Amino acid sequence: MRGAENPVRDAPLDGNAIAGTLFAVFSGEMTTARGVCAACQAGAQLGELAVYMSAVGIVGRCRSCGAELVVLVSVRGVTCVDLRGFASLEFPLAEQTAASD
Amino acid sequence: MRTIVLDVPNWPGHRAGQHVDVRLSAEDGYQAQRSYSIASAPEEERLMLTVERLDDGEVSVYLVDELRLGDEVELRGPIGGYFVWDQADGGPVLLIGGGSGVVPLRAIARHHEATGSDVSLRLLYSARSVAEVIYREEFEQMAAAGHLDVRFTLTRESPPGWLGYRRRIDAEMLEAVSWPVPEHPLVYVCGPTGFVEVAAEALVQLGHDPARIRTERFGPSGG
Repeated sequence: MRGAENPVRDAPLDGNAIAGTLFAVFSGEMTTARGVCAACQAGAQLGELAVYMSAVGIVGRCRSCGAELVVLVSVRGVTCVDLRGFASLEFPLAEQTAASD
Repeated sequence: MRTIVLDVPNWPGHRAGQHVDVRLSAEDGYQAQRSYSIASAPEEERLMLTVERLDDGEVSVYLVDELRLGDEVELRGPIGGYFVWDQADGGPVLLIGGGSGVVPLRAIARHHEATGSDVSLRLLYSARSVAEVIYREEFEQMAAAGHLDVRFTLTRESPPGWLGYRRRIDAEMLEAVSWPVPEHPLVYVCGPTGFVEVAAEALVQLGHDPARIRTERFGPSGG
């Protein structure tokens, strides 16, 4: 990330790192879901999200422009999901049942 | 590194490249959870995980040091649909692994072998030394049998007479190892974040289609 003091340590993970969390929240496989960034219109699968995790929650950013796409915060057993950074998010329902094949 | 074989009741099966989330619970209610790639092919009977022991690892230290035959482990999965390869996906397929990033690639190679796939499969595996090459004999056997074209690069130390590469991956190495762009290879890159970034960037610069490059970052680890 530009300006980071320790580029490697601060380098984000990707959507694979939160695949289990996304599955629990959306009740389906989400790393193949395709999202379009509202800020720059870049499209990508959620597996490619730039993921930042902290004690507070999870932030997924657009790998093209850095805009915040998704924020997940869990408090007292409730997960709040902010998807406003996406212009659109698509996932085929067939993927959701394939996980249990 | 330790390889763990699990009997999972009602396991639904998995796809090569997927992972599981392992959760440990202490008596005081504290929980720790980590993801581990499945090392076994979907065709194999039992689930296999290969775990790298990290000195400050909450879960890995337990799995490598404490876990005994007959112990139970809580896991969630299989997880993942992006970083997977099914033999029906075709190829040619280029696998690029750094350190423990080779684990899901091994599952892909085993699946390739188990299905008798005739897709061309190549692995570039980067490790710090020969001692840290996981599944070395297995990969060499696969290569001898013609299932896999494997290339190694050692980044810290190499034995005398070593015929493989002796440096961190770079654009020149990737160009030598990857198929020409018109072959449209499917590429799977897995390992420490920096490793993945270098590989993915170099492959895109070479002209490979970003949509056919799948990446899985394991986070920073010792160089």
